[in-house]
Amino acid sequence: MRRTSRSAPESTRTDPDAARSSDGVGSTASGDNGPGAHGSRATSRASSRGRATRGAERSAAVAWGAFGVLVSVAVWWVFTHAAAGGSTMIAAFRPEQLPDAVGSLLERGVVLQDAATSLWRLLGGLLLATVLGVPLGLVIGSWQRVRWASAPVVQFLRMVSPLSWAPVAVALFGVGSAPVLFLVAAAAVWPIALNTAAGVAALDPAHLRVARTLGATPFERLRTVVLPSIRPHVMTGVRLALGISWVVLVPAEMLGVSTGLGYEILNARDRLAYDEMLVVILAIGLLGIALDALAQVLLRERVVRT
Amino acid sequence: MRSGHGRDGAAVTTDPGTALRVLGVSKTYPGASDPALDGVDLTLHRGETLAVLGPSGSGKSTLLRAIAGLETLDAGSIAFSDPDARLAVVFQSPALFPWLSVRRNIALGGRYRRNRDRFDDERVGELLEILGLSHLAHTPVQELSGGQAQRVSVGRALAVRPDVLLLDEPFSALDPATREDLQQWLRQLTTDLGLTVFLVTHDVAEAMALGDRIGFFAGPRGFRQQWVPSQDGTTAGQILATYRGTDDEAGTWEI
Repeated sequence: MRRTSRSAPESTRTDPDAARSSDGVGSTASGDNGPGAHGSRATSRASSRGRATRGAERSAAVAWGAFGVLVSVAVWWVFTHAAAGGSTMIAAFRPEQLPDAVGSLLERGVVLQDAATSLWRLLGGLLLATVLGVPLGLVIGSWQRVRWASAPVVQFLRMVSPLSWAPVAVALFGVGSAPVLFLVAAAAVWPIALNTAAGVAALDPAHLRVARTLGATPFERLRTVVLPSIRPHVMTGVRLALGISWVVLVPAEMLGVSTGLGYEILNARDRLAYDEMLVVILAIGLLGIALDALAQVLLRERVVRT
Repeated sequence: MRSGHGRDGAAVTTDPGTALRVLGVSKTYPGASDPALDGVDLTLHRGETLAVLGPSGSGKSTLLRAIAGLETLDAGSIAFSDPDARLAVVFQSPALFPWLSVRRNIALGGRYRRNRDRFDDERVGELLEILGLSHLAHTPVQELSGGQAQRVSVGRALAVRPDVLLLDEPFSALDPATREDLQQWLRQLTTDLGLTVFLVTHDVAEAMALGDRIGFFAGPRGFRQQWVPSQDGTTAGQILATYRGTDDEAGTWEI
């Protein structure tokens, strides 16, 4: 009995991983960064032997990852040479074109600025989505009737690609960064809201009862019980939202703006600079990996406050 | 909102020796055909430990929850000697907050405005010492044993200096040896600190170990018998007779 009551809080803590996969969008955004982000405490308490095994596994994963990259570069090389024929476009995609293209992009001095602009829009949209999504999730998760009432609408909105709203966004917010922020926020708000709601649903009623019997007001219960309890869920939601936002951001930047990585792709195409386009695509992918890794570190479950 | 609850200023007992009085309390859960409580009366004296002993499902936990303000009453009132009387509850599950250390769990009540006037950091330190938990102050609660966790839970309740401490089967989930240790520990604590305790238990030995007075809670109508435990074992015999329904003397409905 004691065991169950002790493990209960931990199972709610690892829950976000379950919530993420059941969220339906998890597979597109979370990649393989799995439960590690939330298992940190369990890891720290693992035996040294377990840790050694895990270390060996990690180096094997890195080695095989490097091997996979090499293989795909080789395939890329073979394909762009064998299949190019007379196509200058495919020929421009050859790996050996990369250094020159990087050089010319840097020389024009735009790509770093574009990346910074894109990152700024990403963070702005995410912030907006968090500010809207967490309260929305709290409301949905706190009242069964709100959950029932909102379910069809939320499911509907979640299934409509945020990019479908692009014309509406431009009509509402004009050209510039505003519609891009709107589209990013529209993509990011659902995973944050739904994970927050899942966190509220997973609250331990005993914790709320303890706070109540100690005389906590509803607001004090929110501050001292609800928010700390749902924190791992919210973090999972934000991380999921980050991946989705990054994917949505690039096409959103192809509409009505003249900066950002998405815009640079169109720009390179219009100038027939396919090698530069390739560099921008690579930059998008690498930045996305870096962002997710950063989010894993930043949003890692906080250690117990002592 | 809570009808007749003393803390809303509705009813206050005037007797200074009385911590709280329960008068004609009735409660039927929505959808249930039979009442959980039906006109229950009792008086809890200051500084005493009243052990409410009864079989599972007799409604004794409902009574505790009603006193704690966790249930709305259909009828009756619960009157405290002091309109500002503060309560604290220890449940069977310690329900410690896993994102806080032992020290911060105990200090939890101090984060609520209601308790500010009775709370300071020094108090938490003192309490850790009294509870024998000083060496665990900064430990994450996941690393505690069952007995340690329940001691922290008692500490969290005591930290707000409650006028009445409510204990709902506090040690039932523990192994017998730990349970006995904690019963002795709590007995010492209640004596040293002069606490007023309302204990609900189905365990005769626990009621004997902790209660200054034992009330046998028989069902919705409340108490059928009460004893002041004696050391010679006669009380235990009487209690068991009442449990088995062979006690002709039984019949008191108010304690």
